[in-house]
Amino acid sequence: MPGMSDAVVVEGLVKRFGDFTALRGVDLTVAQGTVLGLLGPNGAGKTTVVRILSTLLRADGGRAEITGLDVATQADQVRAVIGLTGQYAAVDEYLTGEENLEMVGRLYRLGKKESRARAGQLLERFDLTDAARRPAKTYSGGMRRRLDIAASLIARPQVLFLDEPTTGLDPRSRLGMWEFIADLVSDGTTILLTTQYLEEADRLADRMVVIDRGAVIARGTADELKAQVGGERIELTVGSGEGLARAAELLRPLAVDEPQRDEQTRRLTVPVTGGAATLAQALQLLEGSGVELLDVGLRRPDLDDVFLTLTGHSADAAVDATAGTTADAEPAESTR
Amino acid sequence: MSALSHTLSDSLVITRRNLIKVKRVPDLIVFATLSPIMFVLLFRYVFGGAINLPDGITYAEFLLPGIFAQTVVFGSTTTGASIAEDLQKGLIDRFRSLPMSRSAVLIGRTVADLGLNAISILVMALTGLLVGWRINSSVPEAIGGFLILLVFAFAVSWMMALVGLLVRTPEVVNNASFIVIFPLTFVANTFVPLESFPSVLRTFAEWNPVSTVVQAARDLFGNQPDSVPVADAWSLQNPVLYTAIWAVAILAVFVPLAVRAYLRTATR
Repeated sequence: MPGMSDAVVVEGLVKRFGDFTALRGVDLTVAQGTVLGLLGPNGAGKTTVVRILSTLLRADGGRAEITGLDVATQADQVRAVIGLTGQYAAVDEYLTGEENLEMVGRLYRLGKKESRARAGQLLERFDLTDAARRPAKTYSGGMRRRLDIAASLIARPQVLFLDEPTTGLDPRSRLGMWEFIADLVSDGTTILLTTQYLEEADRLADRMVVIDRGAVIARGTADELKAQVGGERIELTVGSGEGLARAAELLRPLAVDEPQRDEQTRRLTVPVTGGAATLAQALQLLEGSGVELLDVGLRRPDLDDVFLTLTGHSADAAVDATAGTTADAEPAESTR
Repeated sequence: MSALSHTLSDSLVITRRNLIKVKRVPDLIVFATLSPIMFVLLFRYVFGGAINLPDGITYAEFLLPGIFAQTVVFGSTTTGASIAEDLQKGLIDRFRSLPMSRSAVLIGRTVADLGLNAISILVMALTGLLVGWRINSSVPEAIGGFLILLVFAFAVSWMMALVGLLVRTPEVVNNASFIVIFPLTFVANTFVPLESFPSVLRTFAEWNPVSTVVQAARDLFGNQPDSVPVADAWSLQNPVLYTAIWAVAILAVFVPLAVRAYLRTATR
């Protein structure tokens, strides 16, 4: 139920591109000052949601409000309170970092002086002061993304849309970007973040909405989603087929549910509770049993498991399956 | 009032942004002016001797208004390619998500390209003066000559803006516009007198607005001596008016179409 403190309210959003239905009734809310992670594989409809919320596309059904303003009928007012960072770093590469930010500031109608002041602050905050006077053409991928996010922040938007902010970044730049985003949250900005990286959502988002093929398939906090796919388990790989049966028997007393045996990979999965202590107990039980242990560990479910359970395919597999089409590109989707 | 002043100030911001690119990539302006200089020299010295003109006019005087017109019309095609490039890079998405005027991106683009065309004309005029072209009219008439060229080019820019928004790939925009612009500037009185054309082409050329903008420029620069007859077609007898009608008509159709396309477009 939408509450008073929801900065983003989306109800029954439908979007069609020709014969292809990209969104089939998406509902979501983002509470003020929180981060919502919108998760899904390529082509799930994440970018379409962001495009509608940022007034770039019109929905065919349903409604969406940003800080109480309707995106369809009050688009101009909506644009004044949002910031958008799209999948591409939308910076003018011939302009310097400073000129890019000042231009966007002027277009938000901040005035010359204020635009310049904000540009200076943001360049500093995003570690771009040294590069401020260089054309953005000379920037690395990570620097461009930072400049892009800085541009979307120049007018202190109440709601910020980050569409796959770290796609294409190397691991180090990605970590850096996460820190910057975490910082924004502490300022009280409401953020809707799309990502196909489960780790990213786990790290940044307060709540998550998982969509697949244009429909919401799960929502909740990371812990709630993980709870949906079950708790922790001990996973072990043994050297022989007999070892597998023997180990399953030995560990049965610890299991809270039926252990799963995979003969082919000789892997045993035992659902347990009790964490590390239980793992230590398991190792004791196996000691001296003659079972040849190749690998053993305690696993907690991650969002990949969530995805696998909910959709029947992993997030990566879904990405591979649609690799032939452009990432979340609506017209490309319509050809499927 | 406030909507208009917003449109103006946003357009200025975008114009400035587009002109900064020219400053940062000087090759753009170097090559944009080198090719017209090359055209002036090639036609003046290679073809000049082979093209028969009536007595009373030199080929340099006949040629230059034609080169001016061809160059500014070609120059206008950059509008389409630049907009397609902005689309590809996601900049149009960014602009469309800002609380800015809905037409400012296109106005800023076409105005910046108008500025580039003005620089090209200046360079060509100076080159022309070196190879024997002369202005034989009054200062106001000469200014009128430059203005009609630029106004027509500005209108063509808006056509190209629409093409850029629909075609979306800079290279394709270039090729597509080449197919249209090349015949328009060659099936005209740009380089050769119309008398040499076969009859169907000749009628087309007489009513081709590129011919009339050239004719208007010739008249206004005093490059059309009284001793040299002009075709009887109404368009060529009233080239300034006819060209102005075309420019206004193109703007009336393509400004709203381009703005509408801009509002509906999104990066793919």
